[in-house]
Amino acid sequence: MTMSSSNNHRWRKAKSAFASALAFVAALLVIAPLGLVLFHLIRSGASSVNWDFFTNLPTPVGVVGGGMVNAIVGSFELLALAALIGVPVGVLGGVYLAEYGSARANAMLRFVADVLNGVPSIIWGVIVYGLVVLRFKSFSAYAGGLALGLMMIPLIMRTSEEVLLLVPTGYREASLALGISRWQTIVHIVMKTASKGIVTGILLALARVAGETAPLLFTAFGNRFWNHNLSEPIAALPLQIFTYAISPYDDWHRQAWAGALVLVVTILFINILVRFLTRERIARVL
Amino acid sequence: MQILRSAVFGPAERNGIAQQMSPPSRFGDKAFEWLTLAMGLTVVALVAIVGWQLARGSSLAIDRFGFHFLATSTWDPVAENFGALPFIYGTLVSSLIALLLAVPLSIATAVYLTELAPLWIRQPLVSLIEMLAAIPSVILGLWGIFVMIPWLRDYPFPLLRRLFGWTPLFSGPVYGVSMLAGGIIIAVMILPIITSVSREILRSVPNLQREAAYALGATRWEVTRIAVLSYARKGLFGAVILGLGRALGETMAVTMVIGNTPQIRASLFAPGYTLASVIANEFSEATTDIYLQALFEIGLVLFGITILTNLVARLLLKTMAGAGTTRAVQ
Repeated sequence: MTMSSSNNHRWRKAKSAFASALAFVAALLVIAPLGLVLFHLIRSGASSVNWDFFTNLPTPVGVVGGGMVNAIVGSFELLALAALIGVPVGVLGGVYLAEYGSARANAMLRFVADVLNGVPSIIWGVIVYGLVVLRFKSFSAYAGGLALGLMMIPLIMRTSEEVLLLVPTGYREASLALGISRWQTIVHIVMKTASKGIVTGILLALARVAGETAPLLFTAFGNRFWNHNLSEPIAALPLQIFTYAISPYDDWHRQAWAGALVLVVTILFINILVRFLTRERIARVL
Repeated sequence: MQILRSAVFGPAERNGIAQQMSPPSRFGDKAFEWLTLAMGLTVVALVAIVGWQLARGSSLAIDRFGFHFLATSTWDPVAENFGALPFIYGTLVSSLIALLLAVPLSIATAVYLTELAPLWIRQPLVSLIEMLAAIPSVILGLWGIFVMIPWLRDYPFPLLRRLFGWTPLFSGPVYGVSMLAGGIIIAVMILPIITSVSREILRSVPNLQREAAYALGATRWEVTRIAVLSYARKGLFGAVILGLGRALGETMAVTMVIGNTPQIRASLFAPGYTLASVIANEFSEATTDIYLQALFEIGLVLFGITILTNLVARLLLKTMAGAGTTRAVQ
């Protein structure tokens, strides 16, 4: 009896250790792609990231060299346009959720925002194509910026709400008790106190859409030259990477790796910076 | 009060503020509330706009092809004959492969992160998973084309073919670009989201559950299985469905490795096509109205499927846990 029960116990312990080992291996496998992607990005991309890459326009096929300066600048222009749409709508929507809405209305809005977050990014491209490109008969930077901006709205709305809710109720009560009106309390006290968290949420949303390609395919469309007019097609780094990656030219492949390295480093830098700079409390809700 | 002042106003601003802010105005309050309400309602408006645009953009195609669109597998832009079946099939099969690969790994990782891992390792591991989530789809696709596909073609695929070549799933020529490669790359894309949502779910399991099981003499694995996993079953299911929603809509990476051939083949080594990738590839080349309409209809189908999966996932998650779960999704 004692013999078999101790055997049984040992068997159960062994099973437990085995399951733990499996879980550990699973965790390694989950982060393995990150390591592999970063390794290959550096190996294949680092040699092509040079001064020319950041200063030159793309060269025609067959001409070695050239860079992606127009795509890098184009990406920043698109992000600025996106922020013009996504930031005010997202932040003020977040204010409504945190400060005004009834429990029922909020539950509904949150639900819709979360569902919207799950809409595939390619769909945003299709919608903006119908809304803007068809109407004005031209691919444009405005269309690309709108597509990215729409994607940012639910992201920013949810993070803004979370950080606004972290502001202690006492702050609001104290301000109202001084006779300050509600909206001024929200703008000057609540939003100001939460400003760091709101900015963090905006940065994360920008980092998220900075790598988006699908919504830009038929809105911003891409451009091999400088864009001098926002109502014309514009280059973007992820688009350029895609075009080069599926091209048959070795030199373009090298450029694609270089572009990918620059894009990933930028995105990861923003992510890491944001997480290091924000206080523990904000970092946790984001 | 002191805290409030020092936290919010600098000492210099303190005197001016009373003048700036009085007297309170009812109008400002109402206007601001309505403004924020309008901004909050944009998400509802956006869902409506997306649905309306897609339906409007595809009305001709819907009239012309009807339900056959979903059930026929010709995709012939020249003859203007369109059926979405190969794309629906490709989307479902590649997503299924992705789930088969990603779900066990993600949930095991979530278990490791909440139940088993030494405390010091947990935060760095979570950060690494967040970094994986931040890698853009197009870059994973680039890696897929130049690193993963050649490797799969040279080692695992021939091996699979030797071992399981007698089943239709792993027979036929090996090109590299294939349904299986598409599924694998989608799996990588959805690993982080399933892991982080599952982790939040497991964290929301009350400690009493675990303590009770430990008190009965259960081993660590038994505690996890009996007290944690079975308690969290519904929420974990929600996490999986959420991952499915992402998988169905995944575009760039899968477009770059799946082969983009509108066909239905039993072999997973054969190239396929998904709803999202046909839009990505052919949208700007659609020369005729009906071609563009057919692509809008594909968008409508994709939107419908993803909205539905997301709704189900959210409902499952909502019954399971509090705010933590939705945070993990961001």
